[in-house]
Amino acid sequence: MRTRDLVRTAAGSLFRARARTLLTVLAIFVGAFTLTLTNGAGTGINRFIDSTVSSLGSSEVMTVVKRSDADVAIETDGPPVYDPDAVTSDQPGPPTTTTVMTQADIDTLAGIDGVEEAAPIRSLAVDFVQYGSGTRYATTASTLLPGQTQERTEGTAPDGTGDARQLTIPLSYVDPLGFTDAADAIDKSVTLGLTDGAGADQTVQGTIVGVTEDTLAGPAAPGVTVNDALSDAVYDLQQVGLPADQVDRWSQATVQYAADITPEELTALKDRLVDAGFEGRTIADQIGAFTSVIDTIVLVLNAFAGIALVAAGLGIVNTLLMSVQERTREIGLMQAMGMGRARVFALFSLEAGFLGLLGSILGAVIAIVAGTAISAALAGSLFADLPGFTLIAFAPGTVFAVIAVIVAVAFLAGTLPALRAARKDPVEALRHE
Amino acid sequence: MNEAILSARNVRKTYRSAVGGSEALRGVSMDVYEGESLAVVGRSGSGKSTLMHLLALLDEPTDGTILLDHRDTWELRRSRLNRARNKTFGFVFQQFLLSPDRTVLENVMLPLTIAGLAPRVRRERAMATLEQLELADKASNRATDLSGGQKQRVAIARAIVGNPRIVFADEPTGNLDGVTGGIVEDLLFTLNREQGIALVIVTHDDKLAARCDRTLRLREGRIVTDEVAAA
Repeated sequence: MRTRDLVRTAAGSLFRARARTLLTVLAIFVGAFTLTLTNGAGTGINRFIDSTVSSLGSSEVMTVVKRSDADVAIETDGPPVYDPDAVTSDQPGPPTTTTVMTQADIDTLAGIDGVEEAAPIRSLAVDFVQYGSGTRYATTASTLLPGQTQERTEGTAPDGTGDARQLTIPLSYVDPLGFTDAADAIDKSVTLGLTDGAGADQTVQGTIVGVTEDTLAGPAAPGVTVNDALSDAVYDLQQVGLPADQVDRWSQATVQYAADITPEELTALKDRLVDAGFEGRTIADQIGAFTSVIDTIVLVLNAFAGIALVAAGLGIVNTLLMSVQERTREIGLMQAMGMGRARVFALFSLEAGFLGLLGSILGAVIAIVAGTAISAALAGSLFADLPGFTLIAFAPGTVFAVIAVIVAVAFLAGTLPALRAARKDPVEALRHE
Repeated sequence: MNEAILSARNVRKTYRSAVGGSEALRGVSMDVYEGESLAVVGRSGSGKSTLMHLLALLDEPTDGTILLDHRDTWELRRSRLNRARNKTFGFVFQQFLLSPDRTVLENVMLPLTIAGLAPRVRRERAMATLEQLELADKASNRATDLSGGQKQRVAIARAIVGNPRIVFADEPTGNLDGVTGGIVEDLLFTLNREQGIALVIVTHDDKLAARCDRTLRLREGRIVTDEVAAA
């Protein structure tokens, strides 16, 4: 029998036993639907995390802190020795102490092999932002790290090179500051207020060039993003009146390395940083923890879907065993007419494969439709504050992998009934009532 | 005498069961010749069905050999036996064994489908056979919608569609009344005469056996008489 005829015969048999086929397909459908959805959620969340990476900074940059004696102490044993130079890091997360860096440390960093550029991260302590003589609103200020991007509704990013003092403000500040809408805020001049080193109030002017949206990875409190010119101005004012031993002290620095660095070279670079008394973390290091948590959750959910799939597989075994039993005489007849055992086996395996294919495609398609609808609904409500976040996204590769796995499971489930059919004795089968 | 297509040489068949073996055939030697009509008769349990199954290569003898065109079938591979059954043999059963949900045409095409012929070729051949048996108007009917006599004629069409040299008929009229049984018998003997297809008919109907060229009578696994009918 030709393969095409085998396929046609298998499909025909399934179609004739419609009710039974439908119920078996439904069982597989449940497994396929669940697997597609859980993997879709994994894809969606991880994809959002990945896209957030670029708004945190480019991949060839790492954040470096100076290792305090306390860090070293933790790695040895016993209580940490008090370090008068230790300061509390302002990074999000549990407070960690780091040692302040000076220009000498930056120079050391720049001298380490593999480091293309080292620069301090200056913490800008802005107190408020004010438009004209309106209400003063508390805010924070930050600069864009090399390679970092922002989600903007209006305008452009602050220009990093020019002398013009530029900034972007968050969307939520547009209305309170007194602008009619985001477009209205562009090119307006606002005042940033801060306290200098001597405790005196200082102000500096900047021009709004863009309005940003809040993102998952954005600052905890929405703040303004300033360009280098404005950053310099703010920073210089901050330094006014500071005691000499506190001028130009930073808790963190950024280190740029080659974009085409290999993972091995990156590890080596981190080791060299540690040897020099620093500790570097790339964006991937910070994101990796998130991703592995999401992957674990997806894995657990997949395990549940796998149980559903096992049940569906048993359903296939049952359905096909009944089918083989019912069609005993037909099998005997086909064997009498010269159909080989391998072809009989193939016929029933194909039926199993078809059941798997039907169930998995149905499950995947409906899961994609449902998942897209759910994502759309959530994006407008629960996740309205996370623009660009699709909870359930579908990567073609993952969806095809799910379908392939289910078809493989179906084939596997089909082997037992197919073997039973192939091993039938034609004489016995023809006598079967 | 014509050439022998199938030969049994000292064939024994023992069915193993819980209480020991039961001997269905106890040393049978016979031949089926090209173009003849052979009736195998005997009471139930005489071994006539077992002999047919062995001759049709559906089963293997416990002892002795079956020769197909003088070749020992023990030496033939399973795939070769499958091809022989597909090309050389046709089968007609008492219970018709048509696939109920398929059309008459699909049922008749089955041996050609198994042989792997192209869809167009097998459709043409099956239609030609149905026309020959005056069943062309039933081609697209479901097999279940036919009367008993029509079903058996469709089964005969299926048996001869591949131009076999032998048709094995196991009680072909057993499920039919006298009139339709007669029609089916006439059809079988016409095919035997006009196309030279050898018939091996297993039956306990003496009237049907009497129409055959030769009658082989079995009792308790042995051939008791081998009579050539007076022409």
